[in-house]
Amino acid sequence: MTDTTNVTDSTRAKISGRGVAVRGQDIDTDRIIPARYLRTVTFDDLGAHAFEDDRTSSDSPHPFDDPRFAGARILIANRNFGCGSSREHAPQALMRWGIAGFVAESFAEIFFGNCVALGLPCLVASAEGVGQLMSAVEEDPSRELTIDVAAQTVRFDDLSIEATLPAGLREQLIKGEWDALGQLLTASGEIAARAESLPYIRGFR
Amino acid sequence: MSQNLFEKVWNDHAVRDLPSGQAQLFVGLHLVHEVTSPQAFQMLRDRGLEVMYPERTFATVDHIVPTVQLQRPFQDGLAEEMMTAIERNTSDFGISFYDMDAEYQGIVHVIGPELGLTQPGMTIACGDSHTSTHGAFGNIAFGIGTSQVRDVLATQCLAMSKPGVRRITVHGSLAEGVYAKDVILSIIRLLGVKGGVGYAYEYGGEVVDRMSMEERMSVCNMSIEGGARCGYVNPDQITFDYLRGRPKVPSADSEFERAVDWWKSRASGLDAEYDDVVDIDGSGIAPTVTWGVNPGQSAAVDEHIPAPADFPESERSGVEEALEYMDLMSGRPIAGIPVDVAFVGSCTNSRISDLREAARVIGGRKVQAGVKALVVPGSRAVRKQAEEEGLHEVFLEAGFEWRQAGCSMCLAMNPDKLQGREVCASSSNRNFKGRQGSPTGRTLLMSPAMVAAAAVAGEVTDVRSLLN
Repeated sequence: MTDTTNVTDSTRAKISGRGVAVRGQDIDTDRIIPARYLRTVTFDDLGAHAFEDDRTSSDSPHPFDDPRFAGARILIANRNFGCGSSREHAPQALMRWGIAGFVAESFAEIFFGNCVALGLPCLVASAEGVGQLMSAVEEDPSRELTIDVAAQTVRFDDLSIEATLPAGLREQLIKGEWDALGQLLTASGEIAARAESLPYIRGFR
Repeated sequence: MSQNLFEKVWNDHAVRDLPSGQAQLFVGLHLVHEVTSPQAFQMLRDRGLEVMYPERTFATVDHIVPTVQLQRPFQDGLAEEMMTAIERNTSDFGISFYDMDAEYQGIVHVIGPELGLTQPGMTIACGDSHTSTHGAFGNIAFGIGTSQVRDVLATQCLAMSKPGVRRITVHGSLAEGVYAKDVILSIIRLLGVKGGVGYAYEYGGEVVDRMSMEERMSVCNMSIEGGARCGYVNPDQITFDYLRGRPKVPSADSEFERAVDWWKSRASGLDAEYDDVVDIDGSGIAPTVTWGVNPGQSAAVDEHIPAPADFPESERSGVEEALEYMDLMSGRPIAGIPVDVAFVGSCTNSRISDLREAARVIGGRKVQAGVKALVVPGSRAVRKQAEEEGLHEVFLEAGFEWRQAGCSMCLAMNPDKLQGREVCASSSNRNFKGRQGSPTGRTLLMSPAMVAAAAVAGEVTDVRSLLN
C-alpha cells in the first residue's frame, strides 16, 4: 500500500487541466463512494467506483462516464459538496479517478478537511462563477482550466473567475506543506504539557 | 459576558497556533472503528511512527459486523479481512479493543457513553461523522477523515479551524408521541442541511433540559446532518447521574466530586456570548418524517408532500430530483406512504429508551404482512438490558427480527440491505440515495416509535393514534 498523503515534494500552487461538471446540490459522500466499497483496508482500488450508483442507476449518462470528460482534473460542483459521512474514501476515490482540484459554491467541512490532508485544493466560487465554469466545460470539454491558488482564481480562455481559499491553506498548498502531521509532531513537549494540565488525564486525582 | 462551553473546552485543549491559521488541538478521547482506521495504521507503519498515547484510544467493530451469523471467519471475505486488520492493529499498537465477544462491543457512539469514556469537558475525535453524538455530555466531539485518524494516533492532536457557536434554544415542552428525533429533524428542516457549516451547535432550552442523556445523544448525533461538525448540550445533574458508576468514570467519591466540579465549571455561563442564536417552539413540533433524499427534506406526519414551488428557486431542482427518486407526488399526505421494511437501529436511535418506546407502540400488535421488520440494538449491553426487560419477546411476537449489535442497515456495510426500490421506515440518520444498500432503495427517516407504528400499519402512520 502506498501512502499518497506523503507526497510533499511538490507544490499545488496551480492545477491545470480539463474540467468536469457534476451538477446538483448536497452531493453526499455515500454517492461519491457507496459504503460497500469501504470494505477494504487500502484506498488503492476506489477510483473505478467513484459515483458508481449515480453512474449505473440514472437514465442520463453521468459525466464520469462521458468519454469527452475522461482525463479531467478539475471537478466543478454546486452547494455543500461532500456532505454526510466523514469517509476520506470519497476524496481518495475522486483523486484516484484523476481529480486534482475542486471548485464549488460550497463544501461540507469534513470533506474539505480531508481534501486539505491530500493536497487537493477546494476553492469556493459564487453560484454565477460556478455556472460559468460548468457551461464552459460542458460546451467544450477540451477547454483547459487553471486553478491558481495564489491568485485565487480559476481561468479559462480570457476569463478569470474569483475563487477563494483561506490564506493559511493557500500558503500550505503553495509551499507543499499541506500534510499536517509533520507540523504536529514538532510540538511533543507542548503536547505533553497540555495533557498534564487536563484534570481528566490525571483521573481527577 | 462569560464564555460558552465550546470556547472553554477549545482553550483548554489548544496546544498552539499553526502557520496554516488553524490551531493544534489536543484530543482527549480517540475512538476507532474498523472502516476508517486500517489505512491510518498503515500510514504509521510506513513512517515508522508509534501511537503517542495508546491509553487514550479505544477501538470496537460495528460497521461491517453481521447481525445474524457471528461466527468467524465471516462469510464476507472483505469483512473478515477488516476484522483481522483491526485485531492486528490494536494489538500491535497497544490499544484497548472491544472485540465481537466483549461485553461492551457495539456501535462506537453507543459504547463510548455506556463505558463512561465520554465525559464533559473533553475533546473527542473519531473517524466517523456521527462522533457529534458524544457532545450530549458537554464536550467538543467531531468526525475526522483517515489522514486525521493517523494524526491523532501519532500526536494525540489535530489541526483544526475554530468554528463559531450557534445557540439553539428549544422552548416549551414536547407533546406525547413527539421525540428527540422529531426535534432534530425539525431543527435541520428549519436551518437546512448546510445551515450549520462553520458552526458548532449548542442545544438548550426547557425541552433539551428535560431530555434524558439518550435523547440528548439522538439530537447531537444528527448535528452533522445539519452541516455542523459538532453539537453539544451543557452538562447538568442528568449528565452526572448518568455517568456515576460507569466503568471508566472515577469511582472514589472524592474523585467523582472533583470531576463533577470541573464538569460544571465547563458549562456555558448564563450570559455567554454566541455567534448566532435560534429559538424554536418545541410545543409546535409534531412526529416528523423525511420525504426526500437529504435529512432536511422532512414534514410533519399530518402534512402533505410539498411541491417544488413551495421552496426558494435555488432549492427547486433539488426538490424535483428528490421527489422523482422517491416516486412521491406533491400534495399526497405523508401518512399512508407504504413501507416494505422497518428498521429500528443506528447510532441515532438504538439505545434502551428507543427500544422501550418502539415496544410500547407495538403493544401486542403484529407487523403487517409483507413488511420486513428488524430491531438492531446499538450494543451488546443494550441487547442484554432489553432481554432482561423482555422487550425482545414483544418484538419477536410482533414479527420483528431480533438482531445482534451493530450499524447494520443504517449504511448496509454488512449483509443487512434494502433490495431494489424498497421503501424503509428507518430510525437512522441518512436518507441519501442508495444509503441503505440498494442503489435505488428509499429511506424515510423517523423516530423509533414511528418506525414501530409504520411496521404494524404497513404504511407511515401517526404514532399518536396508536398511543392513545
